[in-house]
Amino acid sequence: MQLDAKIPAGPLREKWDRHRFELKLVNPANKRRFRIAVVGTGLAGASAAASLAELGYDVDCFCIQDSPRRAHSIAAQGGINAAKNYQNDGDSIWRLFYDTIKGGDFRAREANVYRLAQISVDIIDHCVAQGVPFAREYGGLLDNRSFGGAQVSRTFYARGQTGQQLLLGAYSALMRMVDAGKVAMYPRHEMLDLVVIDGHARGLVTRNLVDGTIRSWAADAVVLCTGGYGNVFYLSTNAKASNVTAAYRCYKRGAGFGNPCFTQIHPTCIPQRGEYQSKLTLMSESLRNDGRVWVPRKPGMGEVDPASIPEADRYYYLEERYPSFGNLVPRDVASRAAKKVCDDGLGVGPEVLGQRNAVYLDFGDSIRRLGQDAIAQRYGNLFEMYERITAVSPYKAPMQIYPAVHYTMGGLWVDYNLMSTIPGLHVLGEANFSDHGANRLGASALMQGLADGYFVIPYTLGHFLASSHRGKIDTSHPEFARVEGECRDRTKRLLSLRGKRPVDDLHRELGHIMWDHCGMARNPEGLRKALGLIPELRERFWREAAVPGAGEELNPWLEHAGRVADFLEFGELMCRDALERDESCGGHFREDHQTKDGEAVRDDERFCHAAVWEYQGDDRPAVRHVEPLAFENVKLSTRSYK
Amino acid sequence: MRVQFRIWRQNGPGDANAGFKEYPLQADEHMSLLEALDLLNAELIRKGETPVAFEHDCREGICGACSLVVNGVPHGPRSATTTCQIHMREFREGETIVLEPWRARPFPVIKDLVVDRSAFDRIMSAGGYVSVRAGAAPDANAIPIGQPTAERAFDFAACIGCGACVAACPNASAMLFVGAKVAHLAILPQGKVERTRRVGRMVERMDTEGFGGCSNHGECEAVCPKSISLDAIALLNRELVRAAVVED
Repeated sequence: MQLDAKIPAGPLREKWDRHRFELKLVNPANKRRFRIAVVGTGLAGASAAASLAELGYDVDCFCIQDSPRRAHSIAAQGGINAAKNYQNDGDSIWRLFYDTIKGGDFRAREANVYRLAQISVDIIDHCVAQGVPFAREYGGLLDNRSFGGAQVSRTFYARGQTGQQLLLGAYSALMRMVDAGKVAMYPRHEMLDLVVIDGHARGLVTRNLVDGTIRSWAADAVVLCTGGYGNVFYLSTNAKASNVTAAYRCYKRGAGFGNPCFTQIHPTCIPQRGEYQSKLTLMSESLRNDGRVWVPRKPGMGEVDPASIPEADRYYYLEERYPSFGNLVPRDVASRAAKKVCDDGLGVGPEVLGQRNAVYLDFGDSIRRLGQDAIAQRYGNLFEMYERITAVSPYKAPMQIYPAVHYTMGGLWVDYNLMSTIPGLHVLGEANFSDHGANRLGASALMQGLADGYFVIPYTLGHFLASSHRGKIDTSHPEFARVEGECRDRTKRLLSLRGKRPVDDLHRELGHIMWDHCGMARNPEGLRKALGLIPELRERFWREAAVPGAGEELNPWLEHAGRVADFLEFGELMCRDALERDESCGGHFREDHQTKDGEAVRDDERFCHAAVWEYQGDDRPAVRHVEPLAFENVKLSTRSYK
Repeated sequence: MRVQFRIWRQNGPGDANAGFKEYPLQADEHMSLLEALDLLNAELIRKGETPVAFEHDCREGICGACSLVVNGVPHGPRSATTTCQIHMREFREGETIVLEPWRARPFPVIKDLVVDRSAFDRIMSAGGYVSVRAGAAPDANAIPIGQPTAERAFDFAACIGCGACVAACPNASAMLFVGAKVAHLAILPQGKVERTRRVGRMVERMDTEGFGGCSNHGECEAVCPKSISLDAIALLNRELVRAAVVED
């Protein structure tokens, strides 16, 4: 596998400009001769499909939801970063670049991250022009807030619904191109496989989720924007349908998978209530600005009314362990600290599988200091949301929170042009591995999805088409029939599963294995254990699962079974990656690589690289390749929040 | 807690045998309603029966996928709340909970509780946008917008496109949905340029799709999970009148 990142030469600040000049262009009259398939309609997919169509390409766009507007980007709450420096507080493209590289624990490419910071300013301009109602000051100018521990206010936000408003902006751009006849939209279509001919991505196979039709689509390039794989843990803040299938199928067709073990755990989510729980809900990180995190000092106090626990018996563990950052330490640090106190038996909240996994986020002090009105003004809608789910008012009792899987930094490997190791297959947004390294900063996911879709792929895809394109092909090519046949066989095989166990049960089991051994803290022994348990579970899946219904109808259980079957293979790859990465970095915390205070220890000598996995067939282990990361502009330092 | 589900079952659009079926369930009061349905489906799968198809995705009230009529009310008993945010504690011990799909001719039933809402996308593609190419925008602060104006636009932009307004309306009118988008864009300077063309085309598309007109029942506002006000419809009508007399 060749891993040429194609990073342009020249000084960091000039790379993207130079590259844009050097990229080949497609003659305007020729653009309509190219047909591009865009898979997924979140921020990356909708913005890519819209801007490619604006340029004149013909676009086929697919999503699994009933409408492109429902992709999971819609659920992002906090905001979107941009180096506008509207606050005059010292922000710059360089600072956003540096914060993102450092936040990612020096495991991302300098050139990509710098470009992201450069483009960030254009995104805000474009979204405002679309009618996205960002928060404004009384003077009518855009408001910003500081977010996720950043020392400058560079986050643009739209109430607690930034993702929704940005996605509706991208969706409206997409619908405009549908109106113009340049995008053919196919909702309720799931990509089942990629068609590769002579080493190039030349199309895909989908299943129509309403009537079950499996069919092929030829394309001059495929743009994959199918999001992250957090649902491998079963419980996550992802939407229920979020899955790894499209990306994993591409991996099986030869696309390298980058850093699969890099997952982000968000510290402030509503804890699991019972075994029946179907998903976890995030509570915005901004709550940590005024809430104090604590647990009882003594074990066994999980059921005691927190109001009756005197101050001296409360363990404000973040404030004690990290006196300078306190409750505002980064996501990964806050998450691990919560896990530690709960594992030590100090957790509160409902007991699930023998442990109380929650800590208090207490607004009592802030309410006393600032008054209930001030707190309501800041967090009223979040408190309401919390009360709706838990039936407890955070004005009267502390919130209970616990970390949950939230985002996956790993994804298909791409070069600077966002192209995977399969020519013609481009990967955007959360589905690629590119910009966040080992840990993503708050408000950076929306930025990356839109940067890729609005402002990177329109340039780089044209270059690919102008320089490497291999002529027309249609679905009469025998390879389409062959791949379609494989998809039909697989669907048939899933439908023949007439065991006793609902797929949900088996998915939960996988989730337990992943959470216990490849979650917030990992160690070689646990990972090896998981590598034994997953194949055994996979074998049981194909024996015990029950998949009701038929193939030629709307069948959500068949869809879920296919996705879980892929998670059962992919989970193993994640564990292997976590085992081989013999260091701690960002969201990947290895218990065997920590200081005596429990802080992560990176190993830049051996692991300053991206790990890229190449599929070798079902009967042979995947091979690990390495893309070394060169840091020419920043100095590798140790993150410290003491 | 023990409840009795009474659920609409329908195998495809033209199913002559469609009708209600009853299912008892032992649930937990802290479960969400959809988790109770998950539990019921798991039981049905174990028994080799056909589980109930229903739509859902984010399960945190923002994607707009979930769409159940619960005891006669779209999105159920709690105001300003989507179906996925309803918990079993909202119901009484032993209660019969009736679950139906959105019922409106422009939303044909696909299966059980799942309907086809693609008409909404077609309405949106008839003008629910600002025509701006990527790359063409001026600086974001070039046009100041007063905070009250921005907030008012936001109130309408908050629509999640779930279709509860249509399901609740005796006329199956989509005017709250269309009005929300028309109002959001007509209020903002960026959207004003195309307001005439937009409102005409969106309303025409709405009529072609078979949605009815508004006769001021106000049911749409009452069930809207995002509390979008009837003002959207007033603004829609005003935009229509304006379009008839003003040339851009």
